[in-house]
Formats: sequence, structure tokens, C-alpha cells
Amino acid sequence: MENNELIPVYHFCVVHQVEISFIDVLQQYGLVEVMKIDDNSYLKESQLADAERYVRMHYDLDINIEGIEAIRHLLEKLDQVQQQNRSLQNRLGRYESPAEAPSYGA
Amino acid sequence: MAFIDYYEILGLNKNATADDIKKAYRKLARKHHPDLNPNDKDAHKKFQQINEANEVLSDPEKRKKYDTYGKDWQHAEQYENARQSAGGGAGGSRGYSGGGGEAFDGEDFSSFFQSMFGGQGGGRSGRQGKFRGQDYNAELTLSLTEAFATHQQTLTVNGKHVRITIPAGVENGQVIKLKGYGAPVTNGGPQGDLYITFIIGNLPALKRSGNDLFMTADIDIYTAVLGGELTLDTLSGKVKLKVVPGTQNGSQVRLKGKGFPVYRKDGQFGDLYVVFNVKVPVNLTDEQKALFTQLAALK
Repeated sequence: MENNELIPVYHFCVVHQVEISFIDVLQQYGLVEVMKIDDNSYLKESQLADAERYVRMHYDLDINIEGIEAIRHLLEKLDQVQQQNRSLQNRLGRYESPAEAPSYGA
Repeated sequence: MAFIDYYEILGLNKNATADDIKKAYRKLARKHHPDLNPNDKDAHKKFQQINEANEVLSDPEKRKKYDTYGKDWQHAEQYENARQSAGGGAGGSRGYSGGGGEAFDGEDFSSFFQSMFGGQGGGRSGRQGKFRGQDYNAELTLSLTEAFATHQQTLTVNGKHVRITIPAGVENGQVIKLKGYGAPVTNGGPQGDLYITFIIGNLPALKRSGNDLFMTADIDIYTAVLGGELTLDTLSGKVKLKVVPGTQNGSQVRLKGKGFPVYRKDGQFGDLYVVFNVKVPVNLTDEQKALFTQLAALK
């Protein structure tokens, strides 16, 4: 890697055995952000996990780009709902198994 | 070690064609793939099962062996020895890689599979590279008292000791990412990350809701009527609380800044809510009854 934060798209494609055009399409759909530096294309390291997930969805599960886009949207919603659910469960914990309150005499 | 019915897992009968197996597998993989079911352990487990079933049934050699022995799979080793001496070889099959940062390899196969096919799992062809190291997931259980203060803990993840600083105010179910603490890779890519999920329970006498704490304080009827002072044990130490005369059962007071620390905001705290539980005296003596009667008559 030339830079710890940037992954050459070419390198990514070689490792995953995917066409560079696949990354271009992901970029067109706003699923990843590709940076151009001196005519070379790079992915941010923070996007690697997402890019690998899209590769699996497309090549392993035969999901087209529109489907991946819809799934991403739904997974984001799912994440929000899970966070909300967690927060509500934590609040609900207040009312479960009534507290054995310590006795404080006057 | 129990026999595993791979046909049942894929919803097929024994006459299924290679195409039937492929279709059934693909359908189930789409449903249970970890990438589409994040944080769902049941889906992950199911995905491992269908991947294993496909690994066997989509490989003619393995399927033949599986079909031949079935529930008598313990004899498979003898079969294998005979097969190897006859010069046979195991073929590879195409399987899916696990998602969600959770690698799927031979180690994820059941002991039934390992016993029958040994190290033949994961003989996949085609694209299976992984540029980024595998992410690790771990759970860390903390008491409410531990989550109250910033402290350090050492975790053991995949045999490695990781010392982390846990900021005060971390919440139940919260996930933090430790970049680069996942699995290494050999192809020049970055190391995976470590995700830690915190499990934090309440104390019997103290409940947490966000940054606020709630507790119940019992007071006798005399304190409720005449007022008084209580000393409460809180996570930050003892707190004196004035009870105003005429305090009603179930009423609550807020002690500002005596709640839980706000995550990553030094010096900021939530509030402590104290709910009064007025205890009415029982088993009165004759003298007490007389005095209450006298009191009632004054009303």
C-alpha cells in the first residue's frame, strides 16, 4: 500500500478478482467514494468493509447494483431501528424487577 | 456427535439434481447471509449450516460418500482409506464466503463434517480473496459500578491480550471499534478491526436510563408527614437528601448532576431521581392505635 489510508482500486480488484468497472458502478450509485490522485484511483480504508460486502452481495449472491443500493438503505434503517430498540430496552429496564429499595429511616 | 441431514437443511430430497441443490442453496444463502443479517447470530449459524450442506452436496465426490454412509458415517474413514489407495481425489466446490466481517472457513464446519471429510472443507474455487483482515467481535460484561468510572481492562481475543480503556458512561448494548485489532492479512491489506459490545446490567436498587439514574427510597410515615433527612448511597458516594414535610408516596425528587457520567464528556453527569415509597406502619400497639384515632378525630 502506498498510503495506509488509501487503497489502490487496482490492488483491491486484483485481490477480489473483480473488474475495475464494478468499482466504477459502485461509485456511480454513490455506494463508495473513489479518490483520484495523479490518474490513480483509490478507496478510503474506511470504505473497505463496505466495498467487500458489495462484492460478496454482487458476485456471491447475484444481487444487482440496484438491489445492493436498496439493501444498503434498508440495512441503515435496520441499524437505526436496532439502536432505537436498544435505547428503549434500556429505558424499560427501569421498570423491570422492582428495585429492592434500601430502607432509610428518619 | 449427531448425524446431520444436509438434504433437510437445504429442503431437498435425496434425488435432488445438482441444479436443484444450487438453486436451493442460493435461495437460502440470500436469506441467511450474514451481510444481509448483521448482528443476527441465528442467521449466521444457519448460514454456516447451509454452507456446509452445499459444500457436501454440490461436490459429487463428497455427496457420494455422504449418500453411501449416511447415518453410518462413522465408517467413512475406512471408506476414505480404501478410496485413497485406489487413487481417488476430492474435488472442489464453489461456496460463498461469509460476510459481515466474519470469515467462513473450514474451522466453521461441524465436527460431523470434520469427522467425515477431515480438512476437505472450503475447497472453493474462484474469487475468495479477502483484502482486509477479518473483524473480530467480542462481548464485555460490566457492572453498573464499573461503567460509572473510566478504567482499563485487558481482554483476551483469539489468544491475544488487548488492553483497552473503557470511558465512563458507556451504555448497555453500545459497540466500540478498536481499529486494527482484528485478524492480520498477508496480502498487504489492512488488519481487521475489533468490535466490542458492552453488556451492562442494572443494580437492584439503582436503575439507569440514558444518563439518568433512578432509585426508590423508603421513608416512614412520620418522616413523610413531618419532613426529615436521608442519607443515600449512590455510585458517586453518600448523598444527603432533605425530605420536605408532607411528602407524598410515589413523589420524586431530582438530584441534578448526581446521575451517570455522560459518555466522553468529562465532568458532565445526568441526574439522579429518587422516588419516595412511604411505608405505612402495621401491627400497631394499643397506644399507637389510640394516638392515631386521636389524630383522626382532630381532622
